[in-house]
Amino acid sequence: MNAEPRILHTPAEVTLADAFSAARGDLPGDAGVAAARVVAFDAFQKKGLPHRRTEAWRYTDLRALLRSVPPAPPAEPASIAIADLLPGLDRARLVILDGIYRPDLSDLSGLAGVEVTGLDTLLDQGDERVGALAGRLDDAMVTLNTAMMAGGVAVRVPAGLDVTRAVEIAHVTSGAYSVFARNVVTVGAGASLRVVETFTGPNAAASVANIVTEAVIGDRAKVTWAKLQAEGDAAVHLGTTAVSIGGESQFDHLTLMTGAAISRSQSFVTYGGEFARAGLFGATMIGGKQHADIMLGVDHAVPNGASRELFKAVMDGKAEGIFQGRIVVRPGAQKVDGKMMTQGLLLSEDASFSVKPELEIFADDVQCAHGATSGEIDEDMLFYLLSRGLPRAEAETLLVTAFLAEAIEGLGDEAIGEAFEQIARDWLAGRKTLA
Amino acid sequence: MTAVRSVAAGMNGQIKMLSIKNLHASVGDREILRGVNLEVPTGEVHAIMGPNGSGKSTLSYVLAGRDGYDITDGSILFGGEEIVETPAEERAAKGIFLAFQYPLEIPGVATMTFLKAAMNAQRKARGEAELTTPDFMRRVKVAAEKLNVTQEMLRRPLNVGFSGGEKKRNEILQMALLEPKLAILDETDSGLDIDALKTVSDGVNALRAPDRSMLVITHYQRLLDHIVPDVVHVMAAGRIVRSGGPELALELEANGYADYVGAAAA
Repeated sequence: MNAEPRILHTPAEVTLADAFSAARGDLPGDAGVAAARVVAFDAFQKKGLPHRRTEAWRYTDLRALLRSVPPAPPAEPASIAIADLLPGLDRARLVILDGIYRPDLSDLSGLAGVEVTGLDTLLDQGDERVGALAGRLDDAMVTLNTAMMAGGVAVRVPAGLDVTRAVEIAHVTSGAYSVFARNVVTVGAGASLRVVETFTGPNAAASVANIVTEAVIGDRAKVTWAKLQAEGDAAVHLGTTAVSIGGESQFDHLTLMTGAAISRSQSFVTYGGEFARAGLFGATMIGGKQHADIMLGVDHAVPNGASRELFKAVMDGKAEGIFQGRIVVRPGAQKVDGKMMTQGLLLSEDASFSVKPELEIFADDVQCAHGATSGEIDEDMLFYLLSRGLPRAEAETLLVTAFLAEAIEGLGDEAIGEAFEQIARDWLAGRKTLA
Repeated sequence: MTAVRSVAAGMNGQIKMLSIKNLHASVGDREILRGVNLEVPTGEVHAIMGPNGSGKSTLSYVLAGRDGYDITDGSILFGGEEIVETPAEERAAKGIFLAFQYPLEIPGVATMTFLKAAMNAQRKARGEAELTTPDFMRRVKVAAEKLNVTQEMLRRPLNVGFSGGEKKRNEILQMALLEPKLAILDETDSGLDIDALKTVSDGVNALRAPDRSMLVITHYQRLLDHIVPDVVHVMAAGRIVRSGGPELALELEANGYADYVGAAAA
């Protein structure tokens, strides 16, 4: 599609090339990793930043949106107070500060039996967990991450271990820096794990965080995973989660997007074994001139898989919400059951919501469906609440929270759901009434 | 006709619970209310009957303060106070309650959460203390039992999956808990079987009180067998065209609305 080499590079692409040249000698990894970085950067450079003619990125034209790229974070570790976005949620915490895993800031209590390692150790040992899933993705941001990844964390849950305490992987950016991190999570057969992935940074700092997480979920394992993107208001968030789910496993994933000026959150889920079930949920709450793009790819590579997708988005101000969802049912993947629903709620006339659902079905005995709606707050419902004496702001908050709650509660984890619903209520409390 | 009750309404006998004068209301270019005059003294139950399209439901929405209607002329005095410009939520706090013909299903909003939010919002607007949770629970339990509203219904999202009868019972439950001064019942009998009609009517009758007025809007006479009004008004083509005692309802049942439809169109 874009085979001929491009000669003109945008300033951001030039900065990235300079950054790679400057950093490659210092980035962690053995000789194999170093060689893979060069291959990856060459591949990135050939195509450049994704743009509007790159189908998967058509709504998030990074070539136009990414005017400049901030510098790498300082080698001297930053020391900052880390806000608690989820008060009341009991969890262990693995802190990734400016892309580097920081055991000194982390809390591993309740994780007995779980192996937690810095990414640099895996790279230095050429550990095959890194790239096992991301290596299969043809995506410019993943490729760039493979070239530039500086740190991150690896978590391994042995077979059969039931980790009851939630684990937060807290990505914190301390300022206007470019951050490239890679996390690797491996859940053994029959094990269970609850993950909360958070992304935060200061307001007014034009950071760019390119974070890739690879998760391999074993047979009969049960994993609940909630992502909270609450970056600072000038940040660019480029997050990718690549997951493989084993036979008879259950994987529930929620993406809540509320921060950053520009954000793109991609999730790619591949069925590695039969009778696996995935629930994929999203709740976006944006206003002002925020741009939030969710990209979902579900690959039913084997028969008898089930997936449920429910993505909700609330847009205020001049915000742009985007959802692209693609469900693929491979040849022979019979008895697949996949249903995808997307619903947008526009709180302002200048807000927009773009949806592109795609089903690619190459098996004949499947049940797949998708639907999408977009609209304003239901005037009849609003009047019903007002007529009972609820103030307008409270009535709107109740309706919007209820709208989002269906997706948040889909995760099926009461404690995490409650913490995330509080974030939704706080966001709504921070905006004025619509009238 | 109501000399005794009008004393209760005020020292001068002039302040009515509801006093509508020459009310005109339009949606877009279409005028639906064309000069409604109506007075409901404190403590009385008035019925408004009329054919479909006569403006009955519009009147109920306009009284409750729904957006989307242009009030082009006239006044609505509630307890002597002009409320035409008052937003719906403030009217509710002042004591106006509308039982909807089609109560809305609101997924994701728990019935109990909604009831508590509504009761406390009105109390707050009136400068009263919020209810404690035990006090709230007790009030709901007492009112729900009378209306045969089960705990299971209360646990569900507001009206979601409720039958027609359950929705109407839930409306009267809200009315009982919110203790309005003026209750407007819009086609509360629609969609009810005989048993449900009796439950709902008993619930409404239990709420009749010397300091509470009701406006019962209905197409059919049968509701008025159960909720016997003090006065019956006939509405046609956006006006009250005739008023009388309860016997007027029986006359309409026997003769239909044909006379009024013709007269109003003329």
